[in-house]
Amino acid sequence: MAFLLSFAALIPLDHLGHYIQWHFIEISVANLIVMILMVLTFIVALVAPFPGRNRRKENR
Amino acid sequence: MSTSEIDRQWTTRLRRRVEGKLPPEKMLPDTQPTYVSSWIYVFGIATMSSLGVVIGTGCILALRGPQWWHGSAYGHFINSMHLWSVEIFFFTMVVHLWGKFAMAAWRGGRALTWMTGVVTFFVSIGAGFTGYVSQSNFDSQWISTQAKDGINATGAGAYFNVLNMGQMLMWHIVLLPIGAIVLTGMHVLMVRIKGVVPPFEEGAEVAE
Repeated sequence: MAFLLSFAALIPLDHLGHYIQWHFIEISVANLIVMILMVLTFIVALVAPFPGRNRRKENR
Repeated sequence: MSTSEIDRQWTTRLRRRVEGKLPPEKMLPDTQPTYVSSWIYVFGIATMSSLGVVIGTGCILALRGPQWWHGSAYGHFINSMHLWSVEIFFFTMVVHLWGKFAMAAWRGGRALTWMTGVVTFFVSIGAGFTGYVSQSNFDSQWISTQAKDGINATGAGAYFNVLNMGQMLMWHIVLLPIGAIVLTGMHVLMVRIKGVVPPFEEGAEVAE
């Protein structure tokens, strides 16, 4: 339980969120991080080698 | 009963139609084309897996009720599981959507597959929104009072009242989950019938 509490303290969630404002665009930092992570995941999914892909090609 | 009478029965016609379009080896295939060996093809099943956790944790929350999920450690845990599986559900669904858009996955007579996916996405957004306003806490009060003017401006407020907790909860735990599950089932069946869309450069090449 103490371990879990120390993990929770890494990201304090009991205060107001941070926002980024650029002209009429306003977005929370949390949402921006999720969007960046989705783009990164998409790119990695395209380029990262898939386990067993070469073996399947050889068996073709 | 004569053979022609049996042939005219709707059960016979439906069975033959299903057997023709979706034989067992297509319904539950043991091999996939080599181009499916890519991480980008993982996100569809990741979306479905997280949907399973969403439904499972949602059923537990429905059994135990708001006092439990707000007031006990185990209730908080299941409540958090429900939230984070939804986060993963949308995360993986969006990456799946980007991947399929980049592949033009509606090619080769797969328009219905694409459209059922798009509608599932919008139904899921509705399910997510009604979930936020069904939490029965200050967060749901804030979200519903912020959303009401927007919903009312569309004219839908007469039928879809975000300040009506009971109505929002019913949308969240009955109508929208039924829609999401049925549409996901249709989507998967369409994928099984038409097969996974091949990449542009490899054509329809299939390996054992």
